[in-house]
Amino acid sequence: MRPHLAMPALLIGAVIAVAALAQPAQLARAQAAEEGAPALPDVSWSFEGPFGTFDRAALQRGFQIYSQVCSTCHSMNLLTYDDLAGPDGLGYTEAEVKAIAAQKQVPTINKEGQPAMRPALPSDHFVPPFPNEKAAGAGFGGTAPPDLSDIIKARDGHERYVYGILTGFREPPKGFHVPSGRYYNLYFPGHVIAMPPPLQDNVVTYSDGTKATLDQEAHDVVTFLTWASDPTMEQRKQTGAKVILFLLAMTGVLYGAKRRVWSDVEH
Amino acid sequence: MAVSQNKLVQWIEYRLPVFSFLDHELNEYPTPKNLNYWWNFGSLAGIMLTIMILTGIFLAMNYDPNVGDAFQSVERIMREVNYGWLIRYIHMNGASFFFIVVYIHLFRGLYYGSYKAPRELLWMLGVVIVLLMMMTAFMGYVLPWGQMSFWGATVITNLFSAFPVVGKDIVTWLWGGFAVSNPTLNRFYSLHYLLPFVILGVVGLHMMALHQHGSNNPLGIDRKGPQDSVPFHPYYTYKDMFGLSVFLVVFAIFVFYFPNVLGDPQNYIPANPLHTPPEIVPEWYLLPFYAILRAIPNKLLGVCALFASIFILFIVPWLDTSKVRSAYFRPIYKWVFWLLVIDAFALGAVGAHRPEGFWIYIGRIGTFYYFFHFLVLMPLIGWFERPLPLPPSISEAVLKKKQKRGGEGALTGVAATRSKP
Repeated sequence: MRPHLAMPALLIGAVIAVAALAQPAQLARAQAAEEGAPALPDVSWSFEGPFGTFDRAALQRGFQIYSQVCSTCHSMNLLTYDDLAGPDGLGYTEAEVKAIAAQKQVPTINKEGQPAMRPALPSDHFVPPFPNEKAAGAGFGGTAPPDLSDIIKARDGHERYVYGILTGFREPPKGFHVPSGRYYNLYFPGHVIAMPPPLQDNVVTYSDGTKATLDQEAHDVVTFLTWASDPTMEQRKQTGAKVILFLLAMTGVLYGAKRRVWSDVEH
Repeated sequence: MAVSQNKLVQWIEYRLPVFSFLDHELNEYPTPKNLNYWWNFGSLAGIMLTIMILTGIFLAMNYDPNVGDAFQSVERIMREVNYGWLIRYIHMNGASFFFIVVYIHLFRGLYYGSYKAPRELLWMLGVVIVLLMMMTAFMGYVLPWGQMSFWGATVITNLFSAFPVVGKDIVTWLWGGFAVSNPTLNRFYSLHYLLPFVILGVVGLHMMALHQHGSNNPLGIDRKGPQDSVPFHPYYTYKDMFGLSVFLVVFAIFVFYFPNVLGDPQNYIPANPLHTPPEIVPEWYLLPFYAILRAIPNKLLGVCALFASIFILFIVPWLDTSKVRSAYFRPIYKWVFWLLVIDAFALGAVGAHRPEGFWIYIGRIGTFYYFFHFLVLMPLIGWFERPLPLPPSISEAVLKKKQKRGGEGALTGVAATRSKP
């Protein structure tokens, strides 16, 4: 190997080795959950790849699904209504966000110092469906439905897994016992899930005229949830492209400089 | 070289000789002229430490070490602090890259015999740094207070309960309570902020020990005169900067495009003491040691093996009985070295899998081989191995190689030292 290639090659080799080492743990966990579990569905996403961005229309449709369906049970405590506006948002104006927030009521203390309710402000966090964790779990055998703010980052398989769960409800195979109040899901570890099938064709009516099929709904809400997990993704990838371009140029210059400096040494 | 004629510089120099010190240690400091790219990783490690301390200071300004707020405060850094996501992803991936760099640096030392006289203390200080890094990284991983933070802390601190009589008391003392809880998080935060500066101090000693006798080199023979070395600046400053630039490209690819690949998704779930995750695994850089811990069926012995696997590195300078430093001239040790590298990766893979089926046996064989390498092979090979003849001097070897280089693929000893690590 040429000496000047050694450094990049060995670094990249080391990193690949480490990444390979890090993967089996996650894969093992995903597979160990259920031997012979089917591979997660592989659909394409607007946010994939080094230049991927969020499809704003899909984000807004996904937010509609969250608001009308998911938010009945699932909180999103890490987000504020503000997050929906601005360059890293869903493409809503500030006035629209103000109106969205105002539909919700949040507890406050009035002038007399008594507990009261007021309309939510853009600076408020998403209003949760239940007042506390215990209330959230009460209807589900004590286990509260998970908060969805980080759900894409927090699951092996990420967007593919969540999309799989949303589209993976089936009739259980013959002889497979599903307790009452539980449902059969192809992709859920152990297949028995407490969440009833949340989506089906036409569970919402899209204001932009998109046909609300199950797949479309799942795709939209997963796009929205991916944004929610990682709202600075576009900024991150765009900054990354500039940084790496700069670093590559700098590497070239420094390589030339290094060769020049060493040109008067026998080595 | 005389210090600058500038009056202010001379005024300071007369009272505090920093200028002549820097000139001596960073500018004219004589360095072997034949160092290959494996020698870049020392300065890279120093730069990683700096990056970790700087990003860490800014994270600490926004982090809240309370079990009720820690997870949310990290998410607030990611979502609401300006460029908080960048600072946190640099810090998070920086930990992994710091270990990649330091592990390469460590194995480079093992290959070229950089631990041999007169560099034994230099090596031992390096092992101290690795040990401190592991402690720092472990405590840092607890701070986001995700599921893996909490359960990782629980598993690792519980190791101390294996010690007879005092074990349970030690664990309670470490926790500051009867479970991993708020006092634990507080003290881990305090120590996670402290230890990097302790590392910085040990790095200072590491540098002092290094500059006493200078760098080892791929040939492993001493410098015999000025013809064998070049001044550190500009030769190695430029070479290190080029290496740094290459390194930063790889680092940036992870920070900007795969920021969570090296981490565990479970850590984006807030810590829940009532719900154990299906699998508790440490970060990748601790996996080989985790494998050694689990390879031994007895908990106490497993913990002892875990500690021994690190402490054994301290005595490597005396376990290796060969007088020849560089593995290039050691036909047998060279292969054994690569077996150790394979063993380390195998143990890493074992650590990442459940201790089931054949992984158990690989773990046991790997653990046995790890100790066998240091305790048996290293001393033994030094005795019976017949090293190749050493070149008379660095400059002669370098010149010979240069002549041969025209004749393509000249795999004489010295030519190969560049391409073969």
